[in-house]
Amino acid sequence: MEKIDIITGTTAAAMAAKLSNVEVIAAYPITPQSHCVEALAKYVADGELDAEFVKVESEHSAMATCIGASATGVRTFTATASQGLALMHEMLYIASGMRLPIVMLNTNRALSAPINIWCDQQDSIAERDSGWIQIYAEDNQETLDSVVQAFKIAEDEEVLLPVMVNIDGFILTHTVEPVAIPDEEKVREYLGIYEPKHAYLDPDRPITQGPVGVPECYMETRKDLNDAIEGSREVIKRVNEEYYKLFNRKYGNGLVEGYNLEDADTVLVAMGSVCGTIKYVINELKEKGKNVGLLRIRTYRPFPKEDVVEMLKDANNVAVLDKNISLGFNMGALGIDVSSVLKNKKVCNYIVGLGGRDITPQDIEEIISHVEGAKDGETKWINLKE
Amino acid sequence: MVTIAAIIYEPGSTNKNKTGSWRTFRPILDNKKCIKCENCYIFCPEGTIYEDKNGDFKINYDYCKGCLICVNECPVNALTSTREEK
Repeated sequence: MEKIDIITGTTAAAMAAKLSNVEVIAAYPITPQSHCVEALAKYVADGELDAEFVKVESEHSAMATCIGASATGVRTFTATASQGLALMHEMLYIASGMRLPIVMLNTNRALSAPINIWCDQQDSIAERDSGWIQIYAEDNQETLDSVVQAFKIAEDEEVLLPVMVNIDGFILTHTVEPVAIPDEEKVREYLGIYEPKHAYLDPDRPITQGPVGVPECYMETRKDLNDAIEGSREVIKRVNEEYYKLFNRKYGNGLVEGYNLEDADTVLVAMGSVCGTIKYVINELKEKGKNVGLLRIRTYRPFPKEDVVEMLKDANNVAVLDKNISLGFNMGALGIDVSSVLKNKKVCNYIVGLGGRDITPQDIEEIISHVEGAKDGETKWINLKE
Repeated sequence: MVTIAAIIYEPGSTNKNKTGSWRTFRPILDNKKCIKCENCYIFCPEGTIYEDKNGDFKINYDYCKGCLICVNECPVNALTSTREEK
């Protein structure tokens, strides 16, 4: 039987890691993530979770520890944000290259300088090409469900890749919402025990993980990695359906979620918590007789190319919102990606909410009215002070 | 085909990787000049110098990378070097 708790996004992620019976957690505190590993440390100290909690001296060491732990064949979890994620950078590539199904909560926070602890998505976007699957949750319930699903996806034998669950700093991490907590036994039965067949360190069966990849084989391992993340789309969709059958919650098709797309001439494309604000505006406008749609990108990598093309086929005005900026390109990463898959369609890019700048319903309405009169390829920074 | 994550499932794979092909300079040992002090044997960082059954020192060119530390350490100039050519 599910019970409902009123909790923050970080607590939801910690509860999900506990439900998933993680065996090793290695973490370093950083705002706005700290509550997550604080809660996990307490579960371990109180004997509620039988896991090894490794306190490390930096995020680089946190990820290195997770890599070592995962290579021994145990379920591994960590959490970070912003500068912490940036410090993990080189280790992220090793985790994916070694095909270790580590799950990490990243609480989206701006990167320095100037130093800023508030929300935008520049940190995870900077790790776009690291070979990690990236999921962006819209609310605290989805945070909990996504962390559980992340283990199922990561450990799938066709995938074997690390998964980063991203939630907007403060907007989700420090806001309480009602969250349904699934039954622990049911989650553990669903996930089973992680028993890797491809690799684990065992003195009785010596193997070499992470060897030198000489020019004769390196390119093939990269292609193999790309095939794995490309193929993970089907697994993500399947897990979304399985989860729905067991726990009665689903998020679009797992990769994308459409909202009011039917007969919508203008469609917004966005990721994360801002989608909640967009849905509110869509409902308000609908009452006034105006039809606007939302395409929420839930899985940013692998990028849902086919879904984006299919679900936006009837839209004439596409407005892509980015909480990040590709400096020197004057577009956000999602704007660039959506533009590259949509041919012969008006796509405009809106840079919003950098470093915790609020994104209000009025901002969303401004974007809608702008895109309807704009030319293809325009980029506009929203709510920028003169 | 490579294995997943280029994992090597059998121990001892370094034997298969003949690093001698990396060599630019080849050390050559003149056993007539050699006084069997073992300096080359001790200093070789790759362990490619060995003593054969006649008590002569030999270089295993399958794995010698040509660092020439042995040439530097030989007290009687029994070791010299030459450029590898095809």
